[in-house]
Amino acid sequence: MSNKGFKKLAAAGALFFWSVVAWADYKLNLQTPQTLLGEKIYDLHTIITVICFVIFVGVFGFMFYAVFKHRKSVGHKAAQFHENTAVEVAWTLIPFVILIALAVPATGTLIVMRDTAEPDLTIKATGYQWKWGYDYLKGEGEGISFYSTLSTPRAQIDGTDVAGRNANPNYLLETDNHVVVPVGKKIRILTTAADVIHAWYVPSLAVKQDAVPGFIRDTWFKAEKPGIYRGQCAELCGKDHGFMPIVVEVMEPAQYTAWVGAQQKKLAAAKVDPNKTWTLADLTAHGEKVYTQNCVACHQATGMGVPGAFPALSGSKVVNGPKADQIKLVLNGKQGTAMNSFKQLSDVDLAAVITFTRNSWNNKSGEAIAPADIKALR
Amino acid sequence: MEAVHGHTNDHSHDDHAHKPSGIMRWVQSTNHKDIGTMYLWFSFTMFLVGGVMALIIRSELFQPGLQIVKPEFFNSMTTYHGLIMVFGAIMPAFVGFANWLIPMQIGAPDMAFPRMNNLSFWLLPPAALLLIAAQFMPGGGAGVGWTLYAPLSTQAGPAMDLTIFAVHILGMSSIMGSINIITTILNMRAPGMTMMKMPMFCWTWLITAYLLVAVMPVLAGAVTMTLTDRHFGTHFFNAAGGGDPVLYQHIFWFFGHPEVYIIAIPAFGVISQVIPAFSRKPLFGYASMVYATASIAILSFMVWAHHMYTAGMPVEAQLYFMYATVLIAVPTGVKVFNWVATMWKGSLTFETPMLFALGFLFLFTLGGFTGLVLSIVPVDVQLHDTYYVVAHFHYVMVAGALFSAFAGIYFWLPKWTGRMYNETLGKWHFWLSLVFFNVTFFVQHFLGLAGMPRRIPDYALQFAEFNAISSIGAFGFGLSQLLFLYIVIKTITSGEKAADRQWEGADSLEWTHLPSPAPWHSFETPPVVK
Repeated sequence: MSNKGFKKLAAAGALFFWSVVAWADYKLNLQTPQTLLGEKIYDLHTIITVICFVIFVGVFGFMFYAVFKHRKSVGHKAAQFHENTAVEVAWTLIPFVILIALAVPATGTLIVMRDTAEPDLTIKATGYQWKWGYDYLKGEGEGISFYSTLSTPRAQIDGTDVAGRNANPNYLLETDNHVVVPVGKKIRILTTAADVIHAWYVPSLAVKQDAVPGFIRDTWFKAEKPGIYRGQCAELCGKDHGFMPIVVEVMEPAQYTAWVGAQQKKLAAAKVDPNKTWTLADLTAHGEKVYTQNCVACHQATGMGVPGAFPALSGSKVVNGPKADQIKLVLNGKQGTAMNSFKQLSDVDLAAVITFTRNSWNNKSGEAIAPADIKALR
Repeated sequence: MEAVHGHTNDHSHDDHAHKPSGIMRWVQSTNHKDIGTMYLWFSFTMFLVGGVMALIIRSELFQPGLQIVKPEFFNSMTTYHGLIMVFGAIMPAFVGFANWLIPMQIGAPDMAFPRMNNLSFWLLPPAALLLIAAQFMPGGGAGVGWTLYAPLSTQAGPAMDLTIFAVHILGMSSIMGSINIITTILNMRAPGMTMMKMPMFCWTWLITAYLLVAVMPVLAGAVTMTLTDRHFGTHFFNAAGGGDPVLYQHIFWFFGHPEVYIIAIPAFGVISQVIPAFSRKPLFGYASMVYATASIAILSFMVWAHHMYTAGMPVEAQLYFMYATVLIAVPTGVKVFNWVATMWKGSLTFETPMLFALGFLFLFTLGGFTGLVLSIVPVDVQLHDTYYVVAHFHYVMVAGALFSAFAGIYFWLPKWTGRMYNETLGKWHFWLSLVFFNVTFFVQHFLGLAGMPRRIPDYALQFAEFNAISSIGAFGFGLSQLLFLYIVIKTITSGEKAADRQWEGADSLEWTHLPSPAPWHSFETPPVVK
């Protein structure tokens, strides 16, 4: 072969470099870090990449020198050496030393990264198929609790509103409720999950931690400036894995205090009087909301499910059968299927959503499930 | 492939040369060459099936939004693309090479256990059918990722059971194949063929076979535990019953990391045959290559949790796995340096096998470097489960293992078929593969750095441009492989006659002692190796 091949290679290389330059606006590196730890990681990545690049150029410098100078077509005769212990020892030891030099800063950064002690605020992030739930456990805002689901309109995703999608800078990276935290404070995130493994990942905050059902893991970040930082679930968790983003909103302390006040008022207002008597209409209306938040991804708005994967509720034997069976199923889930336990929902929510399913689509029981029925079976 | 063994044998009393004709020749075959051929054709078929799945994935990812497939089908495609490429395409391809080459390279007539050899091949098609049938089960294929992580896999539909059964069968096939290879190499070498005189390809397969025997049962254990969790009331991976989902990951990656080397090490073996041949110079540092390969294999058992840095483990464990992982760079580096030193002051020519070997060397090293980046825990926490990882392992699997398989096929095709492939078309195949491979996968590094998670069917708009480029590259790469099929068929049917020693620098027994095509039984009387 031929000079032709190498000219082609050179042309391809030139084209590639040109294109990299032409795409200067394209994201070619890690997101701009917003925490000091993130900056350390960013620098660590840069150092390793540069070292690798230098070695790469060195080694392949030799290779390409041989490719051009030691080729048969330029009349090069093959030498027959095939062993050299000194060289072997050298190229075993030198990389070893380089690796030790790399391991030192990596170790330092890792130890800082894993130090979750003495946080100012502790938040539990729970992965659900397919949304996140947040509970503010300790620190300012203690007691705040909410779910956070994708707020990108369905029409933008399925392509009925392409214009809307193209005009949406936060397509798939927006949620109804943001995780709000104060700036400059150490935030410890506890991760867990209700069903399968998820992962809580916000690139610009340099955080990724798996959320494992039945276990608690933790990670932390301290944002240096206010802003909205976006991430996604990073561990395959089923059908809508790509559709459960994470949005962290970092606020000035005063603003954060105001937000906490507003949230607490909202929680108090939402507290339902336990003695309230629920009518069928109330329950069905509230149940529809709960259904939309929790059930619709699998069982669908039509109640028809997805044949083969998720059973239909409309006309279902369970939904049209004795109420105790359905309550137990919703409370405990069904082992070995995607139907998880929904114990985490309140008695009222469960009563409402079960009432809704028993009185929607082709199901016409006309019967209201009281929150007390749920309590009795918990 | 009739042309492979074009001669007919009239001596019906000659028991050794007797073979059934037609389809039964293949079904009942106990001949290492026929079985090797079947392995290679099976592998290529699976390569096309897995490739179509990859193109479905890339089609959906060409633009933001859900256009072509539903998310659950997308997940199924990523899962079975991985399983089929790893277990159906790459592994059988190298077992095919082992079958063809090991007896010829050590001066043996055939493999040690010819009937078991037949069985280990014929287990593969039913396993492949199970993986394909899984797509048509109620609820579709199991969209759980090729790693089959629990508890997602315990909640998947019936397709998961077919997948588990397929993995069991594939494991049995691999174990039998390995036992055969180990026994053949240890017992059937020609007089004078000491271990340290064996061609590197035989060494790499000997080491790989031990890895396979050690870890395939571990994978079988992991999927069996998943099966009993699904159907028989156990709670290995269910926290509510006292189990631990992360236990699955530990067991899986105890198999999974050596598996990476099960794929890479035979590829190293092929490259170690091809580079010296076209450099017209012996392999530099043969002994150190053997030791480096063995070191890589041993280290591969000690680094599994670097696939799980974000799963949650004590910081001490993370430190240990980080140090152990970066250590692998040392023997891997030794191999790369030795290959470059082999070329140094050689008399180089660049036929297609050499081009693929150099493509391998260049791109596999790049994949090795991104592996080094990923081994550093704080950096991996940023890049884990993003497209950076996807780019990394496609550099080592496609540009590594697959390019090496192409190098090997072009290199030995003249010996196998007695006919030469078309050099011009071979070079076209190389350059198209090289360019489109990089168009597909190089940009994925950027996607991962910017934070695009893997295994998502739809993505935020800032990832759109690189995804579009990657999809175009994928179609180019896929179509280029049809050229490869054409070249191989053309060679078999109407290639020019190949010389017995087609490559002047090739010095292993199959080139120096056997005609092209090689006879039905490679060595009926063993050659004497000095």
